[in-house]
This record gives sequence, C-alpha cells and structure tokens, in this order.
Amino acid sequence: MQELIKAKAIELLENGTVDRVLGWKAGEFFYDLTPAVFTTREEIDKDFVYSVFSGANFSKYLVKESRKEGKVAAFLKPCDTYSFNQLLKEHRILRDHVHVVGIACDGMCDIDKIRAAGAKGILGVESGGENLNVHTLYGDVTVKKADMLAERCRCCKSHKLVAFDEKLGEDGDVIENSGRFDEVAKLEAMTPDERFEFWRGELSRCIRCNACRDVCPACTCEKCVFDNDKSGIANKGAANSFEEKMYHIIRAFHVAGRCTDCGECSRVCPEHIPLHLLNRKFIKDIDELYGEYQSGADTETRPPLMDYRQDDADPSVVYARGGKRE
Amino acid sequence: MQVTNEEFKPTIVAFCCNWCSYAGADLSGTNRLSYPANVKIIRVPCSCRVNPMFILRAFQRGADGVILCGCHPGDCHYTTGNYYARRRMTLLFSMLDYLGIERKRTRVEWVSAAEGAKFAATMNDFVATVTKLGENKRLEDLRCKN
Amino acid sequence: MKKLALSRLPELFAAIGAKEKLYIPADDGESARFLPYREGMELTKKLNTVRSAKDLFFPQVENLMAFQVTGKEIKIIEERDPCENFVLFGVRACDAASFGILDRVFRYAEPADTYYVNRREHGTVVALACTEPEETCFCGVFGIDATQPGGDVSAWIAESDMYFRANTEKGETLLSGLALLEDGDEAPVDAVSAKTRAILEKLPHAKLSLKGFDGAHMLDLFHSKEWEKLSESCLGCGTCTFVCPTCQCYDIREFDTGKEVKRFRCWDSCMYSDFTKMSAGQPRPTQLERFRQRFMHKLVYFPDNNDGVYGCVGCGRCLQKCPIHMNIVKVVKALGEEKQ
Repeated sequence: MQELIKAKAIELLENGTVDRVLGWKAGEFFYDLTPAVFTTREEIDKDFVYSVFSGANFSKYLVKESRKEGKVAAFLKPCDTYSFNQLLKEHRILRDHVHVVGIACDGMCDIDKIRAAGAKGILGVESGGENLNVHTLYGDVTVKKADMLAERCRCCKSHKLVAFDEKLGEDGDVIENSGRFDEVAKLEAMTPDERFEFWRGELSRCIRCNACRDVCPACTCEKCVFDNDKSGIANKGAANSFEEKMYHIIRAFHVAGRCTDCGECSRVCPEHIPLHLLNRKFIKDIDELYGEYQSGADTETRPPLMDYRQDDADPSVVYARGGKRE
Repeated sequence: MQVTNEEFKPTIVAFCCNWCSYAGADLSGTNRLSYPANVKIIRVPCSCRVNPMFILRAFQRGADGVILCGCHPGDCHYTTGNYYARRRMTLLFSMLDYLGIERKRTRVEWVSAAEGAKFAATMNDFVATVTKLGENKRLEDLRCKN
Repeated sequence: MKKLALSRLPELFAAIGAKEKLYIPADDGESARFLPYREGMELTKKLNTVRSAKDLFFPQVENLMAFQVTGKEIKIIEERDPCENFVLFGVRACDAASFGILDRVFRYAEPADTYYVNRREHGTVVALACTEPEETCFCGVFGIDATQPGGDVSAWIAESDMYFRANTEKGETLLSGLALLEDGDEAPVDAVSAKTRAILEKLPHAKLSLKGFDGAHMLDLFHSKEWEKLSESCLGCGTCTFVCPTCQCYDIREFDTGKEVKRFRCWDSCMYSDFTKMSAGQPRPTQLERFRQRFMHKLVYFPDNNDGVYGCVGCGRCLQKCPIHMNIVKVVKALGEEKQ
C-alpha cells in the first residue's frame, strides 16, 4: 500500500493536479510519523511513509491548507473521510482546493499497546502475517497484530470511503454491529456511584494539555471558549475536580452530533483517558432518541442538535432509562 | 455534609423563559400560591438561550438543583426555540447521569403563562426532591462555597 | 551504602510515611504518576511517569493570594499552601536533574520564587537509577548519568535489593531515621550500573550532537529556514510543555468566587495562541514563532544565560507523547544537519 500511495503522490505532483501533498513523514523510529506537506518528488521518495502507524487524520489540517493558494492532495482513510464531509458541511474546507485520495484501511496499530505487551526499548518492527515481530534493546517480542490495533480500529464502524476524488485499494461497507457502544453500555449499566468513581479516576489524570481539542476535526472554533476570557470559563489548568469535569462535558457537548467518532482524541491523550466513551455516549443517545445518525456520512443532513421533531422525547426520559437507579 | 432534612435548604436555580414560564411564575405570585424562597429565578428570553455552561456554572456556584422552564413544545414564542432546548437538555442531562451526577438534580418543565398553579407545584416538588438528595457534592466547586 | 530487600519495600514506605508525606511513582490506570503513598501501593514497573516530578515543586495550579473588597478597603488574604515535609521517592536521573534547572529559574534567581523555594525546602528527593532505559531516552546527551541520579538520596535496584546512598544532609537525616535499612556493599551497584551503561551507549540517540547550539549561533538558528517545516503540523496543544520536567512558564489569573477574588498561577505553554499576547499585540503571531520560541529557549537562550546548561534533560516524554510526533530530537537533527 505504501508504494501505491507514494506513487500516486508523485503522480499527482508531477502531472500538476496538485502542488503539494499532505502525508506522513518518517520519524526517528518507525512509529513516530509526523503529518507533513510534501512539495517535491525527492521529499516523497525520501520521507513519505504509510504504515500501520499512519493514524493521523488530515481533515483538520485541510481547514487551513485548503485556504492557501493552489491545490493540495490528501490521503484519507475511511474514518478520515467522514471528518472531511463533516467539515465540508460546515463550510470549513474549500472543496475545490483539495484533491482527496481515499485509501482503504484495515486498521492502525497503537504503539502504547505494543509497549504494554512487554516491548521495552523498541527499535523496529516487522510484519509477519498475523504477527508483528518487535525488535527491542532487550530482545525480540512477538505480538499478534490484531491485539495491537488501536481501540478505534478494533470497533471500526465503516470501511466505506464517503468522500474521494479517487480511490486507492478496495474499500468496503459500513460495518453493522461494530460493537463500538459496548463499553458505553457497560458504563450505563453501573450504578451512578460506580460511574462517578470511574470518571473521577479517569478525569483526575487530565493535564489539560488540550491535545484532544486541538486534534479534533469537529473542534475548529477560531477562539475556543476555554481560551476566551470573556466566556467566564476560560482556564488553562483544572483547579479542582469540578473544572476537570467541566472541560470534558462542555467539549463533548460542543461536538455532539458533529463528532464522527474518528478516535483521534483518545489516540492523542497522553494520559490514556478514554475520551471516546464520552463522545460515543452522545452518539448512542442521539441514535436511540432521534434516529440513527452518522455524522459525516453525507454533506446534506442536518446535525441532530440543529434539528428537531415535534414528537421528540421529553428530557424526563432520562429518568426512565435503563441502568440501576440511585 | 448531610444535614437533617429540616435544616437543609437546597439552593435551586430556575431558568425561566420570559414569555411563558416567567409569566407563569408571576401568576402564581398574584394568586398567592407559595413556593420556597430558595428558588432563584433567572429570566431568559427563551429556554433555548440556556447553554449547558449555564447549568454547570449554576452547580459550580452553589446550586443543588437546576430546573429549566419553558413554553410548551409547539407554543414557543419564537416558534422553534424550545424544540432545540428539548434536545439539548435531554442530551445534557443524559451525559450528567452518565458521569454519575444524581438524575433528579436537573429537570425540564413546560409551564405556560396561564399555569401559575403548575409553576408553584413544580417548584414545591422539585425543592422536595432535591432536599431529599442533599447538598450537591459531585458538581461542587469548593472555592465557591460559603 | 545501605540496602533493603525489595520484598520489604512496603515496610520502608510505611516507615517513611509514618513521619512525613511520601510520594511514589505508582500506576494509575494505564500510566504511572507520583501519588501520595497509601498502604498497598506498589512502585510502578514503568520506566517513568507521564507527568514529571516538577509537579511537586511547581504545581499546575497554585493559589498565590486572595483579595476581599469591602467598601474602599482591600484585604489581602494569604493563600499560600504552608506545605509540610515530604519525601519524593523514585525520581529518575532526568527528573532529578530538572530540579537543578528549575532551581536556576525559581530559587537562585533574584528575586527568588518563595512558593517554589518553600516546597523545595520541605522536600527530600530519593532518586532511583534506571536499569532498562528506552529508545526515547537521551539523558546522556546532556551529561546526565542515568546510573548516578542526583538527589538527597541516590538509590539503585540490584538483584533483589534496593541500595541507598545519602548525598546531602537531608538525605543523611532521612536514611539514619530508617532503622530497617541494612548495610550494603558497593559491588552489586557497580555491576548493575555497568550493565545499564552498556545499554545507554546503544540507545538510538546516545550520540546526538548539540554542536552549534549556543549563544554564538543564536541568530543563525533563529533565522533558519527549517522552522517552517518543523512547525507546520504542530497543533499548538500544551502536551510537550506539560509533560516536560523543565518547562517553567506560567500564567497568573484570577477567579472570582463570589466572596473574594483568588489570584492563582497555572502552567502556560509557549505553544498556546495567547502566549505573550499583550495589549500592544502578539509578538509571536503564528505557530512558527511559538514553536521556534520553545526550542530556541531550551537549546540556545537558556544555556546562553546559564553557563551552558541546556533546558532539556533527555527524558523522552515529548518523543512519546506529542500527538503528531514532533520533538526536540527532530529539531536538533534538522537544525544541526542544515549547518553541516
């Protein structure tokens, strides 16, 4: 796949379709790929990498890139194309300045999972069919690739490319029963006390680095409410457990109905907080209450929070939901 | 600190839309229907004005319960405001529940300008419910405590 | 040299904890952090914590003072955390070295930061030598020996024992108050240190060259064309800054509680869009300037003002945690290559 993508990138540059290409640049190790703009064939030959560590979603970079002169090519995996559509719907990306190459994907790996499986001092990795052979300073470790997949890839919701100017590889379909709401359902089945304890433990690790917000394609406000002193809730660090919760509740709410469940927020969190569980809760609620909705599946339907039906459920429905009572 | 029910008086913040529920509150007053004095009413032009940040901030600043009152769905002064508020609040309350905040601390009630009695009854009921729940501990900000 | 069987660590922690507050690096979910010791807690098996040890001396949010206004009178209320004595156990050589860097900024500068100094004076640091450094480590580049961590007490794990050596008076006081420690020999420590040094030499970035990163080349580096490519995908989040043991910028803000106004300070990041924003404008208008600022500070300005001491300790956290995998090693290599 890497060779196909590199060749395509070079082709698009050389035939003048685009004057720059958004791709992944090789790092110091094999897993630390950085999103980069490539402008010459030499750069692509030397540094362009596509591997199981190419998790980064380029849609958000296109907000700025598409407003520059000329045209940019971007390689988008199925989950990335949903974010792309959502941003198009919100008029954040200028479609004419982007050439989207949709690429089929069967899952990205999470380097922290490889570390957790006992690989310390990782120097290199080889794919051997089902397995990954990891070379480390302390010997070799073999792991099953399926176990090293990023959480969001394990319950991938769709192999379908929903936005593209051309495709590379065979894409697939939307996946029914991906199981992505299982963790949410498990939490919903706990008592309120258990849930409170769970979230208190998770959110107390938050360092307010804002990586989740800054990588999220749905968070594209020019001035975030948390950076705006006039909003009354601006802060750079949580002074107590209330502020820890407030940031996450508000952010999840601000992206509710627009979040495409791309999983970037959880991937980038330095403290491994399962942020996707907050966003998926909103998605699950929306699906149950207002009809199944997948943000980014197309560019026409109204997001659920900008829409209504006259027979929508009353908020008191929350009291009657499943799960243990207080 | 859980005090006995007779002593603890919860602080309730009620967001009331100007056209229906605030007028309803007014009506309950002119009809001499009493409801507890610890309900603080904040008048907003429409229930749709209420932002999830307001709800959280009310809890942060000492509220033990927050209630949103608006026009009946279909009768919003601005035609569609309360429809959006309905969806918004449902999702927000569900998220608060998901984080372990007691469900009964938040409520939405549709009160029209003619329903003075309903307003008073709702407030009495809500205060009683929140009194039973006790002080808000899960969404409190200790810096704002008296 | 003192020693204690590893199996008896819980007793050691209990003994220290009985006299003063104790912080150890323990697992919290999937990562490790410095937590106040409670019975049953174990030292993490991970190499290092996500948040660095600077938290204990320079917390993320710290109350400075509060103001209460009644009529025309303003009352200033002392909000300083008085701080009690505490032991910070299990700090790695990199983090221990970072205290020296922070000391230059907060303790030995004029005027001294009394909040920081207060915490430093109450803290006793027990630093633990590494045995299994990882590919992201490069402390050696900055002259730090991972097998000889600095601190009030240095500790090593060798075979099935932990060894301790006091380096300062505070360290002596701590160790002499722990009756359960036995006398130990230097030999096992030397052996394990030699083994670790062999691994340190094989680390991918062990030979990273810092040639040319000094005051004399300041303007050349500042005007380098490389910054554009280096900063183009930076998200402007604060992850690198907040996990870094040496980053030290802070913002002073106020919070109105309704009955008083609390003035506090909190960590800030030069990556943030409002960093150094003033009423006159923003001298670092784009991410390029802000990104450049962070690395110029660590690699050029700080050593130029501080006898050649770099503002980085090679802990590798930015290599592990940056969402888009940019880090100081990539910057050094890009700017170093260009000059050659």
